[in-house]
Amino acid sequence: MTDHDKDQQNRAEEFLQVFKKGAEFTHDLLKENERLRYQNLEIEQQLQHLHASSAGAPSEELLKKIEKLEMEKKEILGRIKHVEAENIDFANRYVEIENENNMLANLYIASYQLHSTLDFKEVLQVILEIVINLIGAEEFSILLLDEKTNRLQAVASEGLENKEIPTFELGEGIIGRMAKTGENYFIDELEGYERDFHHPVVCIPLKIKEHVIGVIVIYKLLVQKEKFNDVDYELFTLLAGHAATAIFSSKLYTESERKLNTIQGFIDLMTK
Amino acid sequence: MSTYNVLVVEDSPTMRQLIVFALKRVRGLNIVEANDGVDGLKKISTEKFDLILTDINMPIMDGLKLVSLVRNDPNYKDVPIVIITTEGANEDKERAMAIGANDYITKPIQTIKIIEVARRLLNI
Repeated sequence: MTDHDKDQQNRAEEFLQVFKKGAEFTHDLLKENERLRYQNLEIEQQLQHLHASSAGAPSEELLKKIEKLEMEKKEILGRIKHVEAENIDFANRYVEIENENNMLANLYIASYQLHSTLDFKEVLQVILEIVINLIGAEEFSILLLDEKTNRLQAVASEGLENKEIPTFELGEGIIGRMAKTGENYFIDELEGYERDFHHPVVCIPLKIKEHVIGVIVIYKLLVQKEKFNDVDYELFTLLAGHAATAIFSSKLYTESERKLNTIQGFIDLMTK
Repeated sequence: MSTYNVLVVEDSPTMRQLIVFALKRVRGLNIVEANDGVDGLKKISTEKFDLILTDINMPIMDGLKLVSLVRNDPNYKDVPIVIITTEGANEDKERAMAIGANDYITKPIQTIKIIEVARRLLNI
């Protein structure tokens, strides 16, 4: 055997040794791998078991709880909606009641003031105040019917002079017709209206039962008064009756006072 | 409960009665009435008021004169004053506010408005 052959044999043995070690190492690796796979399987099984045992039953309970809470939330939201609707309803009713109250207060005070005096001039003044302050008129007049001439003549005015206003024949034109029929007149369109003594904005006959003693005619409203409200129509109705009786009674009283004074003067003259 | 003194200056008895009627619906108000600006000033000189409501168009002394005189009084420089009037033009309102009024109510009168303004200015 040559040196070369010996060298070759040594190298072959070395290689064989290395190969054997490699084989052993691979064998060890395969064993380790098997052990780890087994462990992994065990962990997975444990996890599955844990998942099944920890998440299964309580999640159902939780779902039920969530469902219950959702229902409660829905019910509460429904109640809130209902309460809100009731609140709006109450607020609307409050405004309505306040308006009614306002209307009743106005009517009560107007009526109280109309019957607070028997002086003819004071009664006319009260009517003027009611029409200015409660209705909001700027130019208007009270016309009374002279039963001898059958003509309506201005006796008190605001924003106008009595002498400016013409007299009206009973039954003629809007004012005369309203005085004859006893019906209220309201102009159709306030916007763009220009004063015309024969075509007022409003004409309200003053009536004692069905007997008309005069009219209130309005020619101009205050700048801030854009339209008539419910309370205005109520006030017009009140004025139609109460103002008429107040005017009639005060006129009678003033006349009787004057007659009484004349008689008293005559008696005094006779007895002195 | 506090009591607030309120002065109503208005020449029309109908209007005055209506304002007083509205104010009586607010609890804790002691209401004093005056027929015109001069009568109002007399009452202001003898009594302290927490709120003054006044008309503009009045005989003897009008509401604007009353407001300017009241504002010159150091005791009344912060007392709220409300104008109640038929004058609805913006320039009328501006003039009244410039003199020292705190609020401006136009006629025809709404009792709700009077109550709301009184409550607001008196913080009740």
